[in-house]
Amino acid sequence: MSTRRIFAQPARYAAIAPYLWMVLFFLVPFGFVVKISLSQTAIAQPPYVPVFDFSEGWAAISAAFAQLSFDSFRLLISDSLYISSYLRSVVVAVTSTLILLLIGYPIAYGMARLPQRWQPIAMMLVIVPFWTSFLIRIYAWINILQHDGLLNKILLALHLVSSPVVWLSTDTAMYLGIVYSYLPFMILPLYATLSKMDPSLLEAASDLGSSPLQAFWLVTFPLSLPGVGAGALLCFIPIIGEFVIPDLLAGSGSMMIGQTLWLEFFTNKDWPVAAAAAVALLVLLVPPLLLYDRLQRRTLEGDR
Amino acid sequence: MMAQRIGRISPFNITALALGMAFLYLPIVILVIYSFNASRLVTVWGGWSLRWYHEFFNDRAMLDAAWMSLRVAAVSATIATLLGTLAAVGLVRGERFRGRTLFSGMLYAPLVMPEVISGLSLLLLFVALNAERGFWTVTIAHTTLTMCFVTVVVQSRLASLDRSLEEAAMDLGCDPVQAFIRVTLPLIVPAIAAGWMLAFTLSLDDVVIASFTTGPGSATLPIRIYSEVRLGVKPEINAICTMVIALIAVLIVLASLAAKLSSSEAKSAAPL
Repeated sequence: MSTRRIFAQPARYAAIAPYLWMVLFFLVPFGFVVKISLSQTAIAQPPYVPVFDFSEGWAAISAAFAQLSFDSFRLLISDSLYISSYLRSVVVAVTSTLILLLIGYPIAYGMARLPQRWQPIAMMLVIVPFWTSFLIRIYAWINILQHDGLLNKILLALHLVSSPVVWLSTDTAMYLGIVYSYLPFMILPLYATLSKMDPSLLEAASDLGSSPLQAFWLVTFPLSLPGVGAGALLCFIPIIGEFVIPDLLAGSGSMMIGQTLWLEFFTNKDWPVAAAAAVALLVLLVPPLLLYDRLQRRTLEGDR
Repeated sequence: MMAQRIGRISPFNITALALGMAFLYLPIVILVIYSFNASRLVTVWGGWSLRWYHEFFNDRAMLDAAWMSLRVAAVSATIATLLGTLAAVGLVRGERFRGRTLFSGMLYAPLVMPEVISGLSLLLLFVALNAERGFWTVTIAHTTLTMCFVTVVVQSRLASLDRSLEEAAMDLGCDPVQAFIRVTLPLIVPAIAAGWMLAFTLSLDDVVIASFTTGPGSATLPIRIYSEVRLGVKPEINAICTMVIALIAVLIVLASLAAKLSSSEAKSAAPL
């Protein structure tokens, strides 16, 4: 026992360097976002009015507090552009998550039913695309979906359509890209719960007279709900802030909040509003994150 | 037993699996095949050729971007692995210290935070510090993101290690640092290696954070690909993408070898 206490000392020192790094490059920058979201827009370099000036001591800081501006946030809730991109983010994330569940569940189920020695191979096959650059995977779809791309060629050859269909720059293409990119995030947690399930439960269900479909619906599915929740949140949370996929595949119509932030920052150069959009995006993410945290904790406790 | 299990795979399961795998892999396979297309038109097959690979190796701007990306990935992955391993050691072995919750929260947050926010906040910091944006700002940004992933990988390996091994080493006269370096470190090296490779590929992949934190004239490869792709499909991009895929494939093979080594070594050294 005493060895353990001695050991704790140097291990604690190990955390110093990463701790300082995260404070400097994560916490402090995040403070800057909040700070700038509360300052006035200015046509200058940098394009915002500084809020705090620490060099002038407390008097300056308290004076600055009096000048805090909520203009950016007011703009966010009054301009329909922001409200609609907020809404669109939620709609896209919910829809994609549902599609992912519908596609991912049968795949995860099939994996869990494979013979034991094939399961690690199947899992590897699901993980590999996750390691492959997502930009390249989106680009691969652009190849297929473009006007004279493979998909249109096949459809034309099969006489399913008479002229090339416009796929690129549509919501269909965007959903396809999102579903394709996030499928591993959905499959892996589902597979994790499904493969842990005791097959004798299904045998018991069929002994008691239920059909395979009934057994699935009454036994397997309810037991897999923690996996469903984890997979859904694991997809929903990052999709909300998605920027690259909608930018490359969706049309130029309505934007997601990540795109709005980008546009505000790089094109309009309105940093306070971009920072306010970032804060708003984070606020949007708090409920699903808390839910995910609770779910994880319950699963871990359930394992013990 | 085996027969019974195989008997349980229904045609439905097989179809779902086959379609799922086809969906995951076909686009990539098509991309790789078309990178060897001789034709200028991306969609017309003109026979096999290495033309677009030649084109890439004569494209100064793309080569510079690729070199920049590789340097950023190597440096940031190395720093991230060092810091991430230290963080994991601190979290698993340090037990209580002041601000531990804040620390683990800070390491957890970047895993889930949208990249646009991480990118924006780091840019605001660099602007406030008046730092010139380029190689080092991107490297710092990537280090911050990827060290969190390294921490997760090393942490889970470290947590599953039997601590009595270290205690035995200390009973035999090692001090805690020696015990860690001689006993624990060799056991977690595969996890550290896997963490490095994960950090490397994540850095090589990133567009969003790099766009915020890089300066003019120091674009990374994904940024260049991204801006090319927005203008339309070019066969040269197919070739570049195929080379990136090949590089990552090699890394995955190395990582899985490391993992295999790790599990077999762990089995002989200590119960998992």
